[in-house]
Amino acid sequence: MPSHTVCELRDVSFTYPGAAAERGTKVRPALSGITLSIKDGEWVALLGSNGSGKSTLAKHMNALLVPTQGDCIVYGMSTSDADHVPAIRNAVAMVFQNPENQIVGTTVEEDTAFGPENQGLPPGDIARRVNDALAATGLREKRQSPVYTLSGGEKQRLAVAGALALDSSCLVLDEPTAMLDPQGRAQLLAVLAELHRGGKTLVSITHRLEEIIHCDRAIVLVRGTVAWEGAVPELFQSTEALREWGIFIPPLAALWKDLHARGITPLPSVPSLPEMVQALCP
Amino acid sequence: MKFLDNLTFGQYVPSESPIHHLDPRCKIACVLVLLTSIFMVRHTTSFIGWGLLLLVVTSFSRLPLRLVVKTAKPVLILALFTASIHIFFTKGTPVFSLGIITVTREGLRMAAFTALRLLFLVLFASFLTLTTKPMELADGLERLFSPLTRFGFPAHELAMMMTIALRFIPTLLDETDRIMKAQLARGAYFDKGSLWKRLKAFLPVLIPLFIIVFQRAEDLSTAMEARCYRGGKGRTRMHPLTWRTSDTIALLGLSLVTALLLIADRTLLP
Repeated sequence: MPSHTVCELRDVSFTYPGAAAERGTKVRPALSGITLSIKDGEWVALLGSNGSGKSTLAKHMNALLVPTQGDCIVYGMSTSDADHVPAIRNAVAMVFQNPENQIVGTTVEEDTAFGPENQGLPPGDIARRVNDALAATGLREKRQSPVYTLSGGEKQRLAVAGALALDSSCLVLDEPTAMLDPQGRAQLLAVLAELHRGGKTLVSITHRLEEIIHCDRAIVLVRGTVAWEGAVPELFQSTEALREWGIFIPPLAALWKDLHARGITPLPSVPSLPEMVQALCP
Repeated sequence: MKFLDNLTFGQYVPSESPIHHLDPRCKIACVLVLLTSIFMVRHTTSFIGWGLLLLVVTSFSRLPLRLVVKTAKPVLILALFTASIHIFFTKGTPVFSLGIITVTREGLRMAAFTALRLLFLVLFASFLTLTTKPMELADGLERLFSPLTRFGFPAHELAMMMTIALRFIPTLLDETDRIMKAQLARGAYFDKGSLWKRLKAFLPVLIPLFIIVFQRAEDLSTAMEARCYRGGKGRTRMHPLTWRTSDTIALLGLSLVTALLLIADRTLLP
Protein backbone atom coordinates (compact mmCIF):
# COMPACT_ATOMS: atom_id res chain seq x y z
CA MET A 1 0.00 0.00 0.00
CA PRO A 2 2.61 2.65 0.89
CA SER A 3 3.92 2.78 -2.64
CA HIS A 4 1.17 4.99 -4.04
CA THR A 5 2.32 8.56 -4.54
CA VAL A 6 0.32 11.33 -2.90
CA CYS A 7 2.28 14.30 -4.08
CA GLU A 8 5.16 14.64 -6.45
CA LEU A 9 7.23 17.74 -7.17
CA ARG A 10 9.32 17.68 -10.31
CA ASP A 11 12.02 20.33 -10.50
CA VAL A 12 9.73 22.95 -8.96
CA SER A 13 10.83 26.57 -8.79
CA PHE A 14 8.78 29.42 -7.45
CA THR A 15 9.36 33.15 -7.28
CA TYR A 16 6.84 35.38 -5.54
CA PRO A 17 5.34 37.73 -8.14
CA GLY A 18 6.29 41.33 -7.61
CA ALA A 19 9.38 40.46 -5.58
CA ALA A 20 11.73 41.00 -8.53
CA ALA A 21 10.08 44.18 -9.79
CA GLU A 22 10.21 45.88 -6.42
CA ARG A 23 13.87 45.48 -5.75
CA GLY A 24 15.08 45.70 -9.31
CA THR A 25 17.98 43.41 -8.53
CA LYS A 26 18.26 39.69 -8.98
CA VAL A 27 15.93 38.03 -6.53
CA ARG A 28 16.48 34.59 -5.10
CA PRO A 29 13.47 32.40 -5.86
CA ALA A 30 11.56 31.11 -2.82
CA LEU A 31 11.96 27.58 -4.16
CA SER A 32 14.41 26.38 -6.78
CA GLY A 33 14.69 23.01 -8.43
CA ILE A 34 12.81 21.01 -5.83
CA THR A 35 12.17 17.36 -6.63
CA LEU A 36 10.54 15.16 -4.05
CA SER A 37 7.66 12.79 -3.60
CA ILE A 38 5.41 11.88 -0.71
CA LYS A 39 4.02 8.37 -0.47
CA ASP A 40 0.66 7.24 0.79
CA GLY A 41 0.48 6.76 4.57
CA GLU A 42 3.84 8.43 5.22
CA TRP A 43 4.52 11.01 7.93
CA VAL A 44 7.05 13.40 6.46
CA ALA A 45 8.67 16.22 8.37
CA LEU A 46 9.64 19.31 6.43
CA LEU A 47 12.39 21.11 8.27
CA GLY A 48 14.12 24.39 7.76
CA SER A 49 14.92 27.70 9.38
CA ASN A 50 12.88 30.85 8.75
CA GLY A 51 12.78 31.85 5.11
CA SER A 52 13.90 28.44 3.87
CA GLY A 53 10.72 28.05 1.79
CA LYS A 54 8.89 25.52 3.96
CA SER A 55 5.56 27.34 3.92
CA THR A 56 5.86 28.15 0.23
CA LEU A 57 6.41 24.47 -0.48
CA ALA A 58 3.44 23.50 1.69
CA LYS A 59 1.16 25.85 -0.20
CA HIS A 60 2.12 24.12 -3.45
CA MET A 61 0.69 20.82 -2.21
CA ASN A 62 -2.76 22.38 -1.89
CA ALA A 63 -2.62 24.42 -5.12
CA LEU A 64 -2.67 27.66 -3.12
CA LEU A 65 0.52 28.43 -5.03
CA VAL A 66 1.38 27.14 -8.48
CA PRO A 67 5.01 26.50 -9.56
CA THR A 68 6.65 29.15 -11.73
CA GLN A 69 8.64 26.31 -13.26
CA GLY A 70 8.30 22.54 -13.06
CA ASP A 71 5.31 20.45 -12.10
CA CYS A 72 3.52 19.73 -8.88
CA ILE A 73 1.42 16.57 -9.23
CA VAL A 74 -1.10 15.67 -6.53
CA TYR A 75 -2.76 12.26 -6.94
CA GLY A 76 -1.87 12.35 -10.61
CA MET A 77 -3.34 15.83 -11.13
CA SER A 78 -1.23 18.85 -11.99
CA THR A 79 -1.86 21.82 -9.71
CA SER A 80 -1.26 24.14 -12.67
CA ASP A 81 -4.53 22.97 -14.23
CA ALA A 82 -7.29 25.12 -12.68
CA ASP A 83 -9.88 22.42 -13.40
CA HIS A 84 -8.12 20.10 -10.95
CA VAL A 85 -7.93 22.59 -8.09
CA PRO A 86 -11.23 21.66 -6.35
CA ALA A 87 -10.34 17.95 -6.49
CA ILE A 88 -6.83 18.65 -5.18
CA ARG A 89 -8.19 20.68 -2.27
CA ASN A 90 -10.59 17.84 -1.42
CA ALA A 91 -7.63 15.45 -1.36
CA VAL A 92 -5.07 17.54 0.53
CA ALA A 93 -6.16 19.57 3.54
CA MET A 94 -4.06 22.25 5.22
CA VAL A 95 -3.61 23.51 8.76
CA PHE A 96 -1.82 26.81 9.25
CA GLN A 97 0.35 28.26 11.95
CA ASN A 98 -2.11 30.65 13.56
CA PRO A 99 -5.39 28.89 14.41
CA GLU A 100 -7.06 32.24 15.01
CA ASN A 101 -6.74 33.15 11.33
CA GLN A 102 -8.27 30.00 9.90
CA ILE A 103 -11.36 29.54 12.03
CA VAL A 104 -14.43 30.85 10.22
CA GLY A 105 -17.38 29.67 12.34
CA THR A 106 -18.45 31.26 15.63
CA THR A 107 -18.81 27.92 17.42
CA VAL A 108 -16.75 24.71 17.32
CA GLU A 109 -19.45 22.78 15.49
CA GLU A 110 -20.10 25.50 12.91
CA ASP A 111 -16.44 25.86 12.11
CA THR A 112 -15.85 22.14 11.70
CA ALA A 113 -18.81 22.01 9.32
CA PHE A 114 -17.44 24.82 7.15
CA GLY A 115 -15.29 22.60 4.91
CA PRO A 116 -17.83 19.85 4.19
CA GLU A 117 -20.47 22.53 3.65
CA ASN A 118 -18.25 24.01 0.95
CA GLN A 119 -17.90 20.55 -0.57
CA GLY A 120 -21.68 20.53 -0.98
CA LEU A 121 -22.42 17.39 1.04
CA PRO A 122 -25.93 16.48 2.23
CA PRO A 123 -26.64 17.55 5.87
CA GLY A 124 -26.48 13.99 7.25
CA ASP A 125 -23.00 13.42 5.85
CA ILE A 126 -21.78 16.78 7.16
CA ALA A 127 -23.02 15.90 10.66
CA ARG A 128 -21.26 12.52 10.51
CA ARG A 129 -17.96 14.08 9.39
CA VAL A 130 -18.20 16.74 12.11
CA ASN A 131 -18.79 14.03 14.72
CA ASP A 132 -15.81 12.01 13.54
CA ALA A 133 -13.48 15.02 13.31
CA LEU A 134 -14.41 16.29 16.78
CA ALA A 135 -13.97 12.81 18.24
CA ALA A 136 -10.52 12.45 16.65
CA THR A 137 -9.36 15.79 18.05
CA GLY A 138 -10.94 15.36 21.49
CA LEU A 139 -13.26 18.33 21.12
CA ARG A 140 -16.59 16.52 21.45
CA GLU A 141 -17.42 18.16 24.79
CA LYS A 142 -16.72 21.60 23.35
CA ARG A 143 -19.06 21.10 20.39
CA GLN A 144 -21.36 24.05 21.12
CA SER A 145 -18.70 26.34 22.65
CA PRO A 146 -18.04 29.74 21.10
CA VAL A 147 -14.59 29.86 19.51
CA TYR A 148 -13.33 32.71 21.71
CA THR A 149 -13.74 30.59 24.85
CA LEU A 150 -11.22 27.97 23.62
CA SER A 151 -7.57 27.82 24.68
CA GLY A 152 -4.79 28.14 22.10
CA GLY A 153 -4.27 24.38 21.99
CA GLU A 154 -7.99 23.76 21.59
CA LYS A 155 -8.16 26.31 18.77
CA GLN A 156 -5.37 24.55 16.90
CA ARG A 157 -7.06 21.19 17.42
CA LEU A 158 -10.24 22.80 16.06
CA ALA A 159 -8.25 23.88 13.00
CA VAL A 160 -7.14 20.25 12.60
CA ALA A 161 -10.76 19.10 13.06
CA GLY A 162 -11.82 21.52 10.32
CA ALA A 163 -9.22 20.01 7.99
CA LEU A 164 -10.15 16.43 8.97
CA ALA A 165 -13.82 17.12 8.23
CA LEU A 166 -12.81 17.56 4.57
CA ASP A 167 -12.09 13.81 4.69
CA SER A 168 -8.91 14.25 2.69
CA SER A 169 -6.34 11.47 2.64
CA CYS A 170 -3.43 13.85 3.18
CA LEU A 171 -2.97 16.56 5.78
CA VAL A 172 -0.33 19.29 5.43
CA LEU A 173 0.43 21.17 8.66
CA ASP A 174 2.35 24.43 8.46
CA GLU A 175 4.05 24.90 11.85
CA PRO A 176 0.92 23.90 13.74
CA THR A 177 2.66 23.94 17.12
CA ALA A 178 4.41 27.30 16.78
CA MET A 179 1.89 29.24 18.84
CA LEU A 180 1.10 26.59 21.43
CA ASP A 181 2.29 26.03 24.98
CA PRO A 182 4.06 22.72 25.77
CA GLN A 183 0.84 21.05 26.87
CA GLY A 184 -1.10 22.11 23.78
CA ARG A 185 1.84 20.98 21.64
CA ALA A 186 1.92 17.53 23.26
CA GLN A 187 -1.84 17.10 22.80
CA LEU A 188 -1.69 18.12 19.14
CA LEU A 189 1.23 15.77 18.45
CA ALA A 190 -0.73 12.94 20.10
CA VAL A 191 -3.65 13.67 17.77
CA LEU A 192 -1.30 13.60 14.76
CA ALA A 193 0.30 10.32 15.86
CA GLU A 194 -3.15 8.77 16.13
CA LEU A 195 -4.08 10.01 12.65
CA HIS A 196 -0.85 8.55 11.29
CA ARG A 197 -1.71 5.18 12.83
CA GLY A 198 -5.10 5.46 11.12
CA GLY A 199 -3.32 5.59 7.76
CA LYS A 200 -3.47 9.29 6.99
CA THR A 201 -0.61 10.82 5.04
CA LEU A 202 0.89 13.68 7.06
CA VAL A 203 3.32 16.39 6.09
CA SER A 204 4.30 18.48 9.08
CA ILE A 205 6.40 21.57 8.80
CA THR A 206 8.44 22.59 11.78
CA HIS A 207 11.77 23.84 12.95
CA ARG A 208 11.62 21.87 16.16
CA LEU A 209 13.52 18.62 15.88
CA GLU A 210 11.90 17.15 18.99
CA GLU A 211 8.60 17.05 17.11
CA ILE A 212 9.77 14.83 14.30
CA ILE A 213 10.71 11.78 16.38
CA HIS A 214 7.58 9.95 15.24
CA CYS A 215 8.00 10.91 11.58
CA ASP A 216 9.03 8.35 8.98
CA ARG A 217 11.12 10.65 6.89
CA ALA A 218 12.57 14.14 7.02
CA ILE A 219 13.27 16.67 4.30
CA VAL A 220 15.48 19.64 5.11
CA LEU A 221 15.05 22.82 3.12
CA VAL A 222 17.80 25.41 2.98
CA ARG A 223 17.34 28.60 0.98
CA GLY A 224 14.65 27.10 -1.21
CA THR A 225 16.43 23.87 -2.08
CA VAL A 226 16.35 20.38 -0.66
CA ALA A 227 19.53 20.10 1.42
CA TRP A 228 18.92 16.70 2.92
CA GLU A 229 16.41 13.90 2.67
CA GLY A 230 16.26 10.62 4.55
CA ALA A 231 15.16 8.68 7.60
CA VAL A 232 14.81 10.60 10.86
CA PRO A 233 17.44 8.69 12.92
CA GLU A 234 20.07 9.44 10.28
CA LEU A 235 19.25 13.13 10.44
CA PHE A 236 20.06 13.20 14.15
CA GLN A 237 23.52 11.83 13.36
CA SER A 238 24.44 14.88 11.29
CA THR A 239 24.76 17.34 14.14
CA GLU A 240 27.23 19.59 12.32
CA ALA A 241 25.07 19.95 9.24
CA LEU A 242 21.97 20.69 11.33
CA ARG A 243 23.78 23.50 13.05
CA GLU A 244 24.82 24.85 9.68
CA TRP A 245 21.20 24.73 8.44
CA GLY A 246 20.08 26.75 11.44
CA ILE A 247 18.15 23.95 13.09
CA PHE A 248 18.37 23.68 16.85
CA ILE A 249 19.26 20.21 18.13
CA PRO A 250 17.18 19.20 21.16
CA PRO A 251 19.23 18.11 24.21
CA LEU A 252 17.75 14.63 24.20
CA ALA A 253 18.83 14.07 20.60
CA ALA A 254 22.33 15.37 21.33
CA LEU A 255 22.56 13.05 24.33
CA TRP A 256 21.36 10.10 22.29
CA LYS A 257 23.85 10.86 19.56
CA ASP A 258 26.78 11.02 21.99
CA LEU A 259 25.73 7.85 23.77
CA HIS A 260 25.16 6.15 20.45
CA ALA A 261 28.60 7.17 19.18
CA ARG A 262 30.18 5.56 22.26
CA GLY A 263 27.99 2.49 21.92
CA ILE A 264 26.41 2.97 25.34
CA THR A 265 22.73 2.99 24.49
CA PRO A 266 21.19 0.19 22.50
CA LEU A 267 18.37 2.38 21.19
CA PRO A 268 18.41 2.47 17.38
CA SER A 269 16.75 5.89 17.03
CA VAL A 270 16.14 9.00 19.08
CA PRO A 271 13.82 7.90 21.89
CA SER A 272 11.16 9.77 23.78
CA LEU A 273 12.14 10.88 27.29
CA PRO A 274 10.52 7.85 29.09
CA GLU A 275 12.20 5.47 26.63
CA MET A 276 15.57 7.09 27.29
CA VAL A 277 15.08 6.85 31.06
CA GLN A 278 14.05 3.22 30.69
CA ALA A 279 17.12 2.45 28.57
CA LEU A 280 19.59 4.17 30.91
CA CYS A 281 18.12 2.98 34.21
CA PRO A 282 16.50 -0.36 33.50
CA MET B 1 -11.18 40.56 28.92
CA LYS B 2 -13.06 43.45 30.49
CA PHE B 3 -14.08 44.77 27.08
CA LEU B 4 -16.14 41.66 26.46
CA ASP B 5 -18.30 42.20 29.52
CA ASN B 6 -19.65 45.43 28.09
CA LEU B 7 -20.72 43.68 24.94
CA THR B 8 -23.76 41.94 26.39
CA PHE B 9 -26.29 44.12 24.59
CA GLY B 10 -28.62 41.91 22.62
CA GLN B 11 -26.27 38.93 22.62
CA TYR B 12 -27.60 35.44 22.13
CA VAL B 13 -28.71 33.72 25.33
CA PRO B 14 -29.01 29.95 24.87
CA SER B 15 -32.23 28.32 26.05
CA GLU B 16 -34.62 25.59 24.95
CA SER B 17 -37.66 27.82 24.56
CA PRO B 18 -40.25 27.62 21.75
CA ILE B 19 -39.04 31.01 20.49
CA HIS B 20 -35.43 29.81 20.33
CA HIS B 21 -36.57 26.91 18.17
CA LEU B 22 -38.45 29.05 15.64
CA ASP B 23 -37.00 29.50 12.17
CA PRO B 24 -34.89 32.68 12.05
CA ARG B 25 -36.86 33.82 8.98
CA CYS B 26 -40.04 33.59 11.06
CA LYS B 27 -38.46 35.62 13.84
CA ILE B 28 -37.23 38.30 11.43
CA ALA B 29 -40.73 38.55 9.93
CA CYS B 30 -42.28 38.74 13.41
CA VAL B 31 -39.96 41.55 14.43
CA LEU B 32 -40.81 43.45 11.24
CA VAL B 33 -44.53 43.04 12.01
CA LEU B 34 -43.99 44.27 15.58
CA LEU B 35 -41.87 47.26 14.62
CA THR B 36 -44.24 48.53 11.93
CA SER B 37 -47.20 48.03 14.26
CA ILE B 38 -45.56 49.98 17.07
CA PHE B 39 -45.00 52.85 14.65
CA MET B 40 -48.73 52.83 13.89
CA VAL B 41 -49.80 53.18 17.54
CA ARG B 42 -51.51 56.53 18.23
CA HIS B 43 -52.31 56.54 21.94
CA THR B 44 -50.00 56.39 24.92
CA THR B 45 -52.48 54.22 26.87
CA SER B 46 -52.21 51.53 24.14
CA PHE B 47 -48.75 50.74 25.35
CA ILE B 48 -50.34 48.94 28.32
CA GLY B 49 -51.48 46.33 25.80
CA TRP B 50 -48.02 46.19 24.21
CA GLY B 51 -46.50 45.84 27.66
CA LEU B 52 -48.70 42.78 28.26
CA LEU B 53 -47.64 41.38 24.88
CA LEU B 54 -44.01 41.90 25.87
CA LEU B 55 -44.61 39.92 29.07
CA VAL B 56 -46.25 37.10 27.09
CA VAL B 57 -43.35 36.97 24.59
CA THR B 58 -40.83 37.04 27.44
CA SER B 59 -42.50 34.10 29.16
CA PHE B 60 -42.51 32.17 25.87
CA SER B 61 -38.79 32.89 25.42
CA ARG B 62 -38.05 31.63 28.95
CA LEU B 63 -35.62 34.49 29.43
CA PRO B 64 -35.61 36.36 32.74
CA LEU B 65 -37.54 39.64 32.36
CA ARG B 66 -34.66 41.45 34.03
CA LEU B 67 -32.33 40.42 31.20
CA VAL B 68 -34.76 41.58 28.52
CA VAL B 69 -35.26 44.95 30.23
CA LYS B 70 -31.49 45.32 30.59
CA THR B 71 -31.07 45.33 26.80
CA ALA B 72 -33.04 48.58 26.66
CA LYS B 73 -30.60 50.29 29.03
CA PRO B 74 -28.32 51.75 26.32
CA VAL B 75 -31.27 53.50 24.62
CA LEU B 76 -32.64 54.82 27.90
CA ILE B 77 -30.50 57.95 27.58
CA LEU B 78 -31.73 58.50 24.04
CA ALA B 79 -35.33 57.99 25.20
CA LEU B 80 -34.90 60.48 28.05
CA PHE B 81 -33.26 62.97 25.70
CA THR B 82 -36.10 62.87 23.14
CA ALA B 83 -38.62 62.93 25.97
CA SER B 84 -37.10 66.04 27.52
CA ILE B 85 -37.10 67.82 24.17
CA HIS B 86 -40.80 67.08 23.87
CA ILE B 87 -41.48 68.25 27.43
CA PHE B 88 -39.83 71.59 26.94
CA PHE B 89 -40.73 72.44 23.37
CA THR B 90 -44.34 71.36 22.96
CA LYS B 91 -46.85 74.21 23.13
CA GLY B 92 -50.25 73.79 24.74
CA THR B 93 -51.97 74.01 28.12
CA PRO B 94 -49.33 74.90 30.72
CA VAL B 95 -48.99 72.69 33.79
CA PHE B 96 -46.28 74.66 35.55
CA SER B 97 -43.46 76.96 34.52
CA LEU B 98 -39.95 77.55 35.76
CA GLY B 99 -38.51 80.81 34.51
CA ILE B 100 -38.58 80.70 30.73
CA ILE B 101 -39.39 76.98 30.66
CA THR B 102 -43.03 76.05 30.49
CA VAL B 103 -44.13 72.46 30.78
CA THR B 104 -47.40 71.70 29.05
CA ARG B 105 -49.82 68.83 29.36
CA GLU B 106 -49.38 68.04 25.64
CA GLY B 107 -45.63 68.11 26.14
CA LEU B 108 -45.78 65.56 28.94
CA ARG B 109 -48.00 63.30 26.90
CA MET B 110 -45.75 63.53 23.82
CA ALA B 111 -42.68 62.86 25.98
CA ALA B 112 -44.19 59.73 27.49
CA PHE B 113 -45.41 58.59 24.08
CA THR B 114 -42.10 58.94 22.21
CA ALA B 115 -40.06 57.47 25.08
CA LEU B 116 -42.36 54.47 25.34
CA ARG B 117 -42.42 53.94 21.59
CA LEU B 118 -38.64 53.96 21.41
CA LEU B 119 -38.30 51.59 24.36
CA PHE B 120 -40.83 49.11 22.99
CA LEU B 121 -39.15 49.18 19.57
CA VAL B 122 -35.81 48.25 21.13
CA LEU B 123 -37.28 45.71 23.55
CA PHE B 124 -39.13 43.78 20.84
CA ALA B 125 -36.21 43.98 18.41
CA SER B 126 -33.83 42.64 21.07
CA PHE B 127 -35.73 39.33 21.16
CA LEU B 128 -34.40 38.59 17.70
CA THR B 129 -30.76 38.70 18.78
CA LEU B 130 -31.42 37.31 22.26
CA THR B 131 -33.07 34.14 20.97
CA THR B 132 -31.27 33.59 17.63
CA LYS B 133 -27.69 32.40 17.15
CA PRO B 134 -25.70 34.89 15.02
CA MET B 135 -25.06 32.22 12.38
CA GLU B 136 -28.76 31.36 12.22
CA LEU B 137 -29.57 35.02 11.86
CA ALA B 138 -27.08 35.35 9.00
CA ASP B 139 -28.54 32.21 7.44
CA GLY B 140 -32.06 33.56 7.77
CA LEU B 141 -31.12 36.88 6.17
CA GLU B 142 -29.30 35.06 3.36
CA ARG B 143 -32.36 32.96 2.61
CA LEU B 144 -34.73 35.93 2.85
CA PHE B 145 -32.64 37.94 0.42
CA SER B 146 -31.78 35.04 -1.88
CA PRO B 147 -34.56 35.88 -4.39
CA LEU B 148 -32.72 39.16 -5.00
CA THR B 149 -29.53 37.38 -6.12
CA ARG B 150 -31.14 37.18 -9.56
CA PHE B 151 -30.73 40.97 -9.75
CA GLY B 152 -27.12 40.78 -8.62
CA PHE B 153 -27.74 41.28 -4.89
CA PRO B 154 -24.86 39.63 -2.96
CA ALA B 155 -27.00 37.79 -0.38
CA HIS B 156 -24.52 35.02 0.37
CA GLU B 157 -21.54 37.35 0.48
CA LEU B 158 -23.29 39.70 2.93
CA ALA B 159 -24.25 36.81 5.20
CA MET B 160 -20.68 35.47 5.11
CA MET B 161 -19.31 38.93 5.90
CA MET B 162 -21.69 39.20 8.84
CA THR B 163 -20.61 35.79 10.14
CA ILE B 164 -16.92 36.59 9.86
CA ALA B 165 -17.42 39.98 11.49
CA LEU B 166 -19.20 38.34 14.42
CA ARG B 167 -16.52 35.68 14.65
CA PHE B 168 -13.74 38.26 14.80
CA ILE B 169 -15.25 40.76 17.26
CA PRO B 170 -13.82 38.95 20.34
CA THR B 171 -10.49 38.37 18.56
CA LEU B 172 -10.09 42.03 17.67
CA LEU B 173 -11.15 43.14 21.15
CA ASP B 174 -8.40 40.91 22.54
CA GLU B 175 -5.99 42.39 20.04
CA THR B 176 -6.96 45.96 20.99
CA ASP B 177 -6.54 45.09 24.64
CA ARG B 178 -3.08 43.69 23.94
CA ILE B 179 -1.96 46.73 21.95
CA MET B 180 -3.30 49.11 24.60
CA LYS B 181 -1.51 47.24 27.35
CA ALA B 182 1.71 47.32 25.34
CA GLN B 183 1.36 51.09 24.97
CA LEU B 184 0.46 51.57 28.63
CA ALA B 185 3.59 49.65 29.56
CA ARG B 186 5.58 52.16 27.53
CA GLY B 187 4.01 55.14 29.26
CA ALA B 188 0.95 55.98 27.18
CA TYR B 189 -2.20 57.34 28.83
CA PHE B 190 -5.66 56.72 27.52
CA ASP B 191 -7.70 58.24 30.34
CA LYS B 192 -5.91 61.50 31.03
CA GLY B 193 -6.09 64.94 29.48
CA SER B 194 -8.65 66.55 27.23
CA LEU B 195 -10.90 64.65 24.86
CA TRP B 196 -8.63 65.70 21.99
CA LYS B 197 -5.57 64.37 23.83
CA ARG B 198 -7.30 61.10 24.57
CA LEU B 199 -8.33 60.72 20.95
CA LYS B 200 -4.78 61.42 19.87
CA ALA B 201 -3.47 58.81 22.31
CA PHE B 202 -5.74 56.30 20.64
CA LEU B 203 -4.23 56.79 17.19
CA PRO B 204 -1.14 54.65 17.91
CA VAL B 205 -3.56 51.88 18.92
CA LEU B 206 -5.63 52.11 15.77
CA ILE B 207 -2.73 51.96 13.31
CA PRO B 208 -1.28 48.62 14.45
CA LEU B 209 -4.83 47.30 14.79
CA PHE B 210 -5.53 48.20 11.14
CA ILE B 211 -2.37 46.47 9.97
CA ILE B 212 -3.23 43.37 11.99
CA VAL B 213 -6.76 43.32 10.59
CA PHE B 214 -5.46 43.36 7.01
CA GLN B 215 -2.95 40.58 7.73
CA ARG B 216 -5.66 38.51 9.34
CA ALA B 217 -8.00 39.06 6.40
CA GLU B 218 -5.28 37.86 4.02
CA ASP B 219 -4.54 34.75 6.11
CA LEU B 220 -8.22 34.00 6.55
CA SER B 221 -8.94 34.18 2.83
CA THR B 222 -6.07 31.75 2.15
CA ALA B 223 -7.38 29.38 4.82
CA MET B 224 -10.92 29.61 3.46
CA GLU B 225 -9.67 28.77 -0.01
CA ALA B 226 -7.72 25.82 1.39
CA ARG B 227 -10.94 24.67 3.04
CA CYS B 228 -12.63 24.40 -0.37
CA TYR B 229 -14.56 27.68 -0.12
CA ARG B 230 -15.67 28.76 -3.58
CA GLY B 231 -18.41 31.23 -2.73
CA GLY B 232 -22.03 30.43 -2.09
CA LYS B 233 -22.48 28.30 -5.19
CA GLY B 234 -22.88 24.58 -4.48
CA ARG B 235 -22.55 25.14 -0.76
CA THR B 236 -24.82 23.12 1.54
CA ARG B 237 -25.55 23.50 5.25
CA MET B 238 -25.28 21.10 8.16
CA HIS B 239 -28.47 22.50 9.68
CA PRO B 240 -30.61 23.64 6.75
CA LEU B 241 -33.39 26.01 7.73
CA THR B 242 -36.79 24.34 7.80
CA TRP B 243 -40.05 26.26 7.98
CA ARG B 244 -42.38 24.28 10.25
CA THR B 245 -46.08 24.60 11.04
CA SER B 246 -45.10 26.16 14.37
CA ASP B 247 -43.43 29.01 12.44
CA THR B 248 -46.59 29.68 10.45
CA ILE B 249 -48.68 29.57 13.65
CA ALA B 250 -46.30 31.94 15.45
CA LEU B 251 -46.27 34.46 12.60
CA LEU B 252 -50.05 34.35 12.08
CA GLY B 253 -50.74 34.43 15.82
CA LEU B 254 -48.51 37.42 16.37
CA SER B 255 -49.94 39.26 13.36
CA LEU B 256 -53.46 38.65 14.73
CA VAL B 257 -52.57 39.95 18.20
CA THR B 258 -50.87 43.07 16.84
CA ALA B 259 -53.81 43.69 14.51
CA LEU B 260 -56.20 43.46 17.46
CA LEU B 261 -54.01 45.82 19.49
CA LEU B 262 -53.99 48.31 16.62
CA ILE B 263 -57.76 48.07 16.13
CA ALA B 264 -58.22 48.68 19.85
CA ASP B 265 -55.88 51.67 19.57
CA ARG B 266 -57.95 53.16 16.75
CA THR B 267 -61.49 52.39 17.94
CA LEU B 268 -61.66 52.05 21.72
CA LEU B 269 -59.46 54.98 22.66
CA PRO B 270 -60.50 58.60 22.00
